[in-house]
Amino acid sequence: MVFPHRHLLGINGLSELDISFLLDKADLAVKLSRQREKKTNSLRGLTQINLFFESSTRTQASFELAGKRLGADVMNMAVGNSSVKKGETLIDTAMTLNAMHPDILVVRHSSAGAAALLAQKVGCSVVNAGDGAHEHPTQALLDALTIRRSKGKIARQIVAICGDVLHSRVARSNIMLLNALGARVRVVAPSTLLPTGIEQMGVEVFHDMKEGLRDADVVMMLRLQRERMTGSFVPSIREYFRYFGLDAEKLAYAKPDAMVMHPGPMNRGVEIASEIADGPQSVIESQVEMGVAVRMAVMETLMLSANGEPEL
Amino acid sequence: MSTIILKNARIVDPSQKIDAVGDICIDDKNIIECGGKIDAPQGVRQIDCSGKTVIPGLVDARVFVGEPGAEHRETIASVSQAAAAGGVTSLIMMPDTSPVIDDVALVEFVRRAAREQACVNIYPSAAMTKGLQGAELTEYGLLREAGAIMLTNGRKTIANTLVLRRAMTYARDFGLVVACETQDAYLEAQGVMNEGLFASWLGLEGIPLEAEIIPLERDLRIAELTGANYHAAKISTAKSIDAIRSARARGAKVTCGISINHLSLNENDIGEYRTFFRLSPPLRSEDDRRAMIAALENGDIDIIVSSHDPQDVDTKRLPFADAADGAIGLETLLAAALRLYHNGDISLSRLIEAASTRPAQIFGLDAGTLKPGSPADLAIVDLEEPWLMSKDDIRSRSKNTPFEDARFQGRVTHTMVAGKFVYGDL
Repeated sequence: MVFPHRHLLGINGLSELDISFLLDKADLAVKLSRQREKKTNSLRGLTQINLFFESSTRTQASFELAGKRLGADVMNMAVGNSSVKKGETLIDTAMTLNAMHPDILVVRHSSAGAAALLAQKVGCSVVNAGDGAHEHPTQALLDALTIRRSKGKIARQIVAICGDVLHSRVARSNIMLLNALGARVRVVAPSTLLPTGIEQMGVEVFHDMKEGLRDADVVMMLRLQRERMTGSFVPSIREYFRYFGLDAEKLAYAKPDAMVMHPGPMNRGVEIASEIADGPQSVIESQVEMGVAVRMAVMETLMLSANGEPEL
Repeated sequence: MSTIILKNARIVDPSQKIDAVGDICIDDKNIIECGGKIDAPQGVRQIDCSGKTVIPGLVDARVFVGEPGAEHRETIASVSQAAAAGGVTSLIMMPDTSPVIDDVALVEFVRRAAREQACVNIYPSAAMTKGLQGAELTEYGLLREAGAIMLTNGRKTIANTLVLRRAMTYARDFGLVVACETQDAYLEAQGVMNEGLFASWLGLEGIPLEAEIIPLERDLRIAELTGANYHAAKISTAKSIDAIRSARARGAKVTCGISINHLSLNENDIGEYRTFFRLSPPLRSEDDRRAMIAALENGDIDIIVSSHDPQDVDTKRLPFADAADGAIGLETLLAAALRLYHNGDISLSRLIEAASTRPAQIFGLDAGTLKPGSPADLAIVDLEEPWLMSKDDIRSRSKNTPFEDARFQGRVTHTMVAGKFVYGDL
């Protein structure tokens, strides 16, 4: 199969076939990562730049490790948002880097559409590592891989995405991907944390955790930003945890073998109780492992399609 | 004395309810005869306009200019070139400059620069409040005497209702129209486009219709209370028309305008974060756009403006949420409006009325008509000529047009201001 994309800017635009292809490839990368010799040379000689306008230790580390395992030369650029706002624009920064002939640019930015904007201006492949509240495609892929490996399939699984959907790129990418693979997607949140038109986004909407979690196969918790906890979107942490935080009592409504996921970093005691995060149903650490594998699969695929078949 | 006769043109002049083939005689600066067959004495210059349409030059009541303060985006001279190319012969310049036009000296500066450097009529408007801050009134009487045509708080909505009441009351005594855009800063918050499913998928913060309607309803009540001449400068949704209709029914003296962008485009045009489509108010749904066209056709919406707002790459070549609002529009105003005519949505004479005659009436300008005795400000238009809007042809200093590479039917071939051609080959 030829992967018909030069960039990975979002789940939007990927076919079911594209997604399955990436997940199959990621399965192989998991195997590789569990060996003693973890390194291949499929991206040898290629340069990967991680351009993070928003700091993120884990995602950046995951991309860095993925690139290194594939044999690429990896450079990390942490660009504080403040220094960019002082003059040099996103495009200027990107053009400067572009002149250094990278092969892959991994971009995280606080503004929706930033990765797509860069992709128009640079000559290399762009991987979106999160753009504002828009998309975070590798996170959705790693979540899908985690579910598939644990449940055997994604179709017809009931997945409850809980919490701050409004500001979450993880939620948008997951809603799209899970729908593409035939899962039943629910969102559970107070209405102040749901985007307008959510009921037309291919999900069932719940405002009560017990109802929303009933018979769920997967419970996916979202992070609630600290500045949104105290009066602007929800009144207080204790009220939020009481009604929307995942604890044993609420989780009991899901299927007994339901898996608990979180994209991290977690706010323990806000959206998730520690006993659940560290409990037997939690697959949060497995998600981290799948993250490296998925990113390896994505970058290797993009490099093969960029250097092989003409761009479609 | 130079006399020119335009022969065999289709003359469309809503001010005289003319839509017929005929001749127009211009003597020096003014029109001296309009319509019918005019026999030219020997030696008089004649221009054959067969197949062409002559309309009163457009009057654009909402134009942002960079001068003073941001001359790299647009100067008074460059904006007049852009206007001339679009058949716009008079424009009202917004006070949103740096410094803000809130003082007699600045009004005089604009008038002097316009007189010396501009090839079309440029009329300054004055800020309703000092520095557009929404707190202290400016000197309405002195500003009017200096030549300010109307009052506006520009892009900003006055939040304080007491200030607004006093401003409208005081403006009424001086017979000045107050033109306001209405956005509720709290509801709008960090919003950058129309609220709805499309914004939600893009991960962009939405602006609900109510952010426009709530302050508009408030303004209309104050207009009713004070008896001021209130002009809702840029409405974007059908619900705003409902509000205006009911205010009129209660007796308020209210007019309203819409930008050509909101008649031509909708939120889906934003596509993949195209910042040239980031506007204020934001582009709304297709249903809203259709409703606005109907309201323009039946006269509920009085006028069309370009809302010409030059922005440079430093404010537009950014991620959507970080970019500035605004689009240029003088050069495409008529061509985009003619789409409505070619689609059969609206008659040509109503279109010209809304883009020329009516704005001149509302703001008291000696323009918008081809009546004998009025200034010879007119445009000669080929209604059928197909053309492609190319970035390279833009005369404005800024290139932020939402119509880049758009196909149009109908183009201005010549523009005349006070009897002199300012645009077109002869």
